[in-house]
Amino acid sequence: MSAGVSTASDLTRLTAAQTGAAIAAGEISAVETTRAHLERIAAVDARVHAFLHVDAEGALAAAAAVDARRAAGEQLGPLAGVPIAVKDVIATSGLPTTCGSRILEGWVPPYDATVVRRLREAGVVVLGKTNMDEFAMGSSTEHSAYGPTHNPWDLDRIPGGSGGGSAASVAAFEAPLAIGTDTGGSIRQPAAVTGTVGVKPTYGGVSRYGLVALASSLDQAGPCARTVLDAALLHEIIAGHDPLDSTSIDSPTPPVVEAARAADVRGMRIGVVRQFAGEGYQPGVQQRFTEAVALFEDLGATVVEVDCPNFDYALPAYYLILPSECSSNLARFDGMRYGLRVGDDATHSAEEVMALTRAAGFGAEAKRRIILGTYALSSGYYDAYYGQAQKVRTLIVRDFDAAFAQVDVLVSPTTPTTAFPLGERVDDPMAMYLADLCTIPSNLAGNASMSVPCGLSPDDGLPVGLQMIAPPMADDRLYRVGGAVEAALRDRWGHLLIEEAPPL
Amino acid sequence: MTSSASITRAEVAHLANLARLALTDDELDHFGDQLAVIIGAVSRIGDLETADVPPTSHALPLTNVVREDVVRPGLTQEQALAGAPAAEDGRFRVPRILGEEA
Repeated sequence: MSAGVSTASDLTRLTAAQTGAAIAAGEISAVETTRAHLERIAAVDARVHAFLHVDAEGALAAAAAVDARRAAGEQLGPLAGVPIAVKDVIATSGLPTTCGSRILEGWVPPYDATVVRRLREAGVVVLGKTNMDEFAMGSSTEHSAYGPTHNPWDLDRIPGGSGGGSAASVAAFEAPLAIGTDTGGSIRQPAAVTGTVGVKPTYGGVSRYGLVALASSLDQAGPCARTVLDAALLHEIIAGHDPLDSTSIDSPTPPVVEAARAADVRGMRIGVVRQFAGEGYQPGVQQRFTEAVALFEDLGATVVEVDCPNFDYALPAYYLILPSECSSNLARFDGMRYGLRVGDDATHSAEEVMALTRAAGFGAEAKRRIILGTYALSSGYYDAYYGQAQKVRTLIVRDFDAAFAQVDVLVSPTTPTTAFPLGERVDDPMAMYLADLCTIPSNLAGNASMSVPCGLSPDDGLPVGLQMIAPPMADDRLYRVGGAVEAALRDRWGHLLIEEAPPL
Repeated sequence: MTSSASITRAEVAHLANLARLALTDDELDHFGDQLAVIIGAVSRIGDLETADVPPTSHALPLTNVVREDVVRPGLTQEQALAGAPAAEDGRFRVPRILGEEA
């Protein structure tokens, strides 16, 4: 932060930590930074389409409230007055929450998710809601009922998914921070393909109260940012025990901010997952990953190869567990108490209205997964599919346990390829599912994982993500390792990778 | 379970009915083909020997999760009905539940 900050476009280029510090020091106001980001959204979002709803009035009012509290001498937290974008799967009272679906078009929740309540209490300014694949099912945002988000690095390519809107908003400098949710990679894969930082905290580390459920045993909200420290500052605000979520962990949040500042891997043991390489991995992705592994050794870590044989079965197990939970969770969208209703013309029964409503309100991917889940849970198939998938889940947890007995963190590419062109996989579900190959095991085991940028792929000039995985409640290790990689690469390049994104 | 597991169009129609999804003929054809591919791919998990492996339903199981039994405000009637597709006399209005013959 320097006195050189004067124009609105400068304000959008600051990190969240810098913005918070500048507001605390009285150099800029929360209203000024909020206005700068709203102007940026107005200028570029017609092309990026990261946002489904922008709440200019609410954001400016929240920012003015922060400025007033500051003027009254109140000591506020490090992100007070800093703008944020929130994925549209998280309930925001008074602001539409559609989950990227027609079935919830125009729905305004009567309550805030715990994550949102914590943000508001910390003075973080909610700019609006971001685009996503319908009910968080997808890896490209093309399954949004409201049209896809475009990758700020190349507008003809996918921004990842399901949280493509959150990642793109951060990559396009429309917001310094965003909230994402990650069920199989929906924070980390978008971070990887947009050159940003994304963290899936330990399952239960961040409350799911008010997060519209896709797969309750896998869903986890977490931070999206342009730097590791910014992600840590946001992580610290949203994490912690919540009595309203019975799966919330009742123990202190790991020291993530301290770890991000330490950014030191000396003496750490880092494991390369042998299973995440080979066929299907883009050569440029593999190259940048190999270089990142070499960097760890330069920085004083010990690198070993680790075998996780059951990871080969993670993707098929996930595509049985997820649809099963999804078909159950999405049963609540029946056109009776909220959302869309179709065919209520006094001739159709309630059951027919439900079927017509769901047919009109859900998109193709939601329908596919609901049918798949209904199939996997059917009597006669239950043991072979859902039951067997739950046993495979145990084997994956055991692979992680064995690996973490040898190493402090595991690393892999975040996703096998860089951002693919819009349209390429939209009607090819299996090809789309492969984008989450490396991220899924972490959701199945409930541990913590992060993606940080590790360079541009030499084959196409697009960002590559490095994934780190740490044991449950050892989220701080991710920040220690991610911070070290980020600092070393920034020294090498002279700037963050995101600074190389073409101007919009 | 074999890796040649497949799914017929009639099965897809039955499942769609169970899931309360009024699919079109085109959707039944298209999803049937796609689901056969997906089911073929996921059936691979049947190759693993798991007789002695317990299932995991939750990554980090917690038991006996309780909280203080204190009264806290819920939604008002107005809030609860605010998103309803149809409301009448302070209640959700729903289509008829019973069939014509009932």
